[in-house]
Amino acid sequence: MIGLTHQILSGLAIGSIYACVALAVVMIYQATHLVNFAQGEMAMFSTYIAWALIQAGAPYWAAFFLTLVFSFAMGMAIERWLIRRFERAPVLAVVIVFIGMLVIINSLAGFLFSYTIKSFESPFPEKFALGNGFMSPHELGSIGVTFAVLGLVYAFFRFTPLGLAMRAAAQNPVSARLVGIRVGHMLAIGWGLAAAIGAVAGMMAAPIVYLDPNMMGGILLYGFAAALLGGIDNPWGAALGGFIVGVLENIAGAYLVGEEIKLSVALAIIVGVLVAKPSGLFGRVLVTRV
Amino acid sequence: MAAVLETQGLCAFYGATQVLHGVDLAVEAGGITALLGANGAGKTTLLRALSAMVRREGLIRFEGNALKAREAEDVARLGIAHVPDGRGTFLDLTVEQNLHLGAYTRRDRSAVASELERAFAYFPRLKERRSQQAGTLSGGEQQMLAISRALMLGPKLLMLDEPSFGLAPLVVKDIFNILRAINEEEGVSMLIVEQNANLALNLAGYAYLLETGSVVISGPSSAVRADESVRRVYLGY
Amino acid sequence: MSEARATGSPAGVANSQSRGLRLGAIVLAFLVVVALPFLASGYHTSQFSQVVIYAIALLGLNLLTGYNGQISLGHGAFFAIGGYATAILTVKLGIGYVPAVVIGGFLCFGAGFAFGLPALRLGGLYLALATFALALATPQLLKFKAFDAWTGGVQGLVLQKPGAPLHLPLTRDQWVYFLCVFSAALLFWAARNLIHSRIGRALIAIRDHPIAAETMGVDAALYKTTTFGVSAAYTGIAGGLSSLVIGFVSPDSFDLFLSLSLVVGIVVGGLASIWGVIIGALFIEFMPNYADSISDVLGENAKALPWAIYGVLLILLMYVAPTGAAGTARILIGAIQRRRGRSTNVALDRKAASGDQTQ
Repeated sequence: MIGLTHQILSGLAIGSIYACVALAVVMIYQATHLVNFAQGEMAMFSTYIAWALIQAGAPYWAAFFLTLVFSFAMGMAIERWLIRRFERAPVLAVVIVFIGMLVIINSLAGFLFSYTIKSFESPFPEKFALGNGFMSPHELGSIGVTFAVLGLVYAFFRFTPLGLAMRAAAQNPVSARLVGIRVGHMLAIGWGLAAAIGAVAGMMAAPIVYLDPNMMGGILLYGFAAALLGGIDNPWGAALGGFIVGVLENIAGAYLVGEEIKLSVALAIIVGVLVAKPSGLFGRVLVTRV
Repeated sequence: MAAVLETQGLCAFYGATQVLHGVDLAVEAGGITALLGANGAGKTTLLRALSAMVRREGLIRFEGNALKAREAEDVARLGIAHVPDGRGTFLDLTVEQNLHLGAYTRRDRSAVASELERAFAYFPRLKERRSQQAGTLSGGEQQMLAISRALMLGPKLLMLDEPSFGLAPLVVKDIFNILRAINEEEGVSMLIVEQNANLALNLAGYAYLLETGSVVISGPSSAVRADESVRRVYLGY
Repeated sequence: MSEARATGSPAGVANSQSRGLRLGAIVLAFLVVVALPFLASGYHTSQFSQVVIYAIALLGLNLLTGYNGQISLGHGAFFAIGGYATAILTVKLGIGYVPAVVIGGFLCFGAGFAFGLPALRLGGLYLALATFALALATPQLLKFKAFDAWTGGVQGLVLQKPGAPLHLPLTRDQWVYFLCVFSAALLFWAARNLIHSRIGRALIAIRDHPIAAETMGVDAALYKTTTFGVSAAYTGIAGGLSSLVIGFVSPDSFDLFLSLSLVVGIVVGGLASIWGVIIGALFIEFMPNYADSISDVLGENAKALPWAIYGVLLILLMYVAPTGAAGTARILIGAIQRRRGRSTNVALDRKAASGDQTQ
């Protein structure tokens, strides 16, 4: 019983990271109907920036927030200078552009920071263990940070005029333009936000999976699984999906398929959701207009 | 007449296909101008061309200055509010959120607040449903919402694309009366595209008839109404 | 709709001239292909074997993505199944290498068909997502402890390179090379016939106008699933041959980047082009080596360079020349022919020039 509880709690912790990735993926999907295959690499690159700042002597949280700013700018730049050029391109072409982005960012990271694995410190050191033997301080901290991020993003979209304008631009870009909303700007901001949220996921993941250019591959996959499970057009469903997927992964890994092929659990979830209920648990039913 | 908006040789294209062929049009400042024509005449395209939603060529002058805006959002920011065909309400947002979005580009908070109250005064039903999701409103209510949202912009020109479409006659009468009231009390110039020629000619002071992308008849409403061909084809008597 | 153009030579002479040129080109290509393994070293011959192998794999992927419009980011998985099947059948079960490769192909057809069944309901983006997941999960699946006895676990399996039969005076590398070339010739011939048949037209119709195709009675579901199967089979055969050329299979060589290499290959060579896959194959085989040699100056992180180039190329090609090398060649040939007054169908040329992929 203790083992199961531990697996669940640990699953929630890793699930918080998946929730962030899923949220980022869904944000971009909602605004553009595109899946950002390069989300993981963007997060990884941001994490390396954080690492570099820390190496240069910056205190953790300063590096953390500077990285968020950097990621936001990177996301905006990518939308403005790359993605926007393919606004009217067919789906296949855009997927290939995303793949191109994926490999460029991956190799850029490898080139700038080398392929040797690095360690990344957790900002939640042992001494903060809250007497809770079931979870490490980092696991608890990850969940806390994730909830903070989710809360802030929720508040932003719910209560600010800019958040409302962004929602409008995503739902109905034509009408949004007619009330004077600069839809292009909204898209860029959305990408910036998604990149920043992804960076949070990367920085929370790095202490666990260690920092290397290929660190986010598996995590991205779980993020996709979570987004699909929760409903690819529902950001909060996707976040919830992240926690569910984290727990599922741990339980399946511990009791069903073994630790080494946990990625196949993600594959199974993805294919399963797409076959059984493509709109996910909380999404809207997808309608194909004939 | 002083024109708040005028076009000279306006042409519009969907891709390689030309849909408007050199339209000359003027909207009277402070008045209501109607744009009539059958399906496919190019009326919607004309509004879209004015809102920079389709490729266009030719001269457009707004308040005397050449309209150089390249994107729809810039046209809106100049003070031209466009209620598109299909209404274009944000279905997943509430009535109140829709209205606030209409005023998104405005800086004057207090004016916006009184603007909101004025919208509710014109359309009390919207006030009743202010927290309801726009998608759950009836057709007539959505049209009211669309008009109100456009007014929240504080526009100098209000363009409406087929406001009577799909609505019951009583509801349409209601809405058109309110439009007249808005025009008289607020002085908002209007350009209304309508298939229902009778309704439009009752409301507007000046009218244009469009056929396959060109203006065939124009003049004061009374003259257009009296025109033989218009009577027979569009008014049915 | 053809405009009459004043030409110097009548159409008949023009056609036989171009036919003669084409025949000459084919003969030349044949001679080059046959002579190659005798002129090059064993290592280089193996490299060219790999080119042929990639060409087969790319052909498979192109059938699916280029001609049928279904995106796959996970074809490396089928390359792996083919490779491992061949390895396991020859090493663990003592089956001959030719039957092993063929069986691997059939296994992949089955796997592709099975994966294609759910894939039907998915639009392009979701299929891309599912195949992306497949690509990422493949190395782990290959390392699954329960299969270790068969797959050799993390170490993989070592195969023996087959030697020439009947005591032909060929080295192993040369023999395998000819094996690959022969298989490729067969598979290309089959693919070409498929594309130009009614089936091929149905595939293209499904890609471009899926709803219209359905109303015309094309059973899109069956076609798409079968195409997935055939495409997987081609890639699986390529994988099987590859294991013979290299002499071993290991899980980590079938990672995401293998699948992405295949995507690069068909994009560079040209989607929906049979001959373009050769250019694509040459590119993905030799570009990393070339990048290596010019990047020594970059030091130990130079292995990043090929992929950076791939990425930039992918994006550039999508922006500038979505029809890839083959499409560009077609445009150039069209332009040259027009200049010589041979082509009278200006409308078609203009369509080709604008990269209109609906024609």
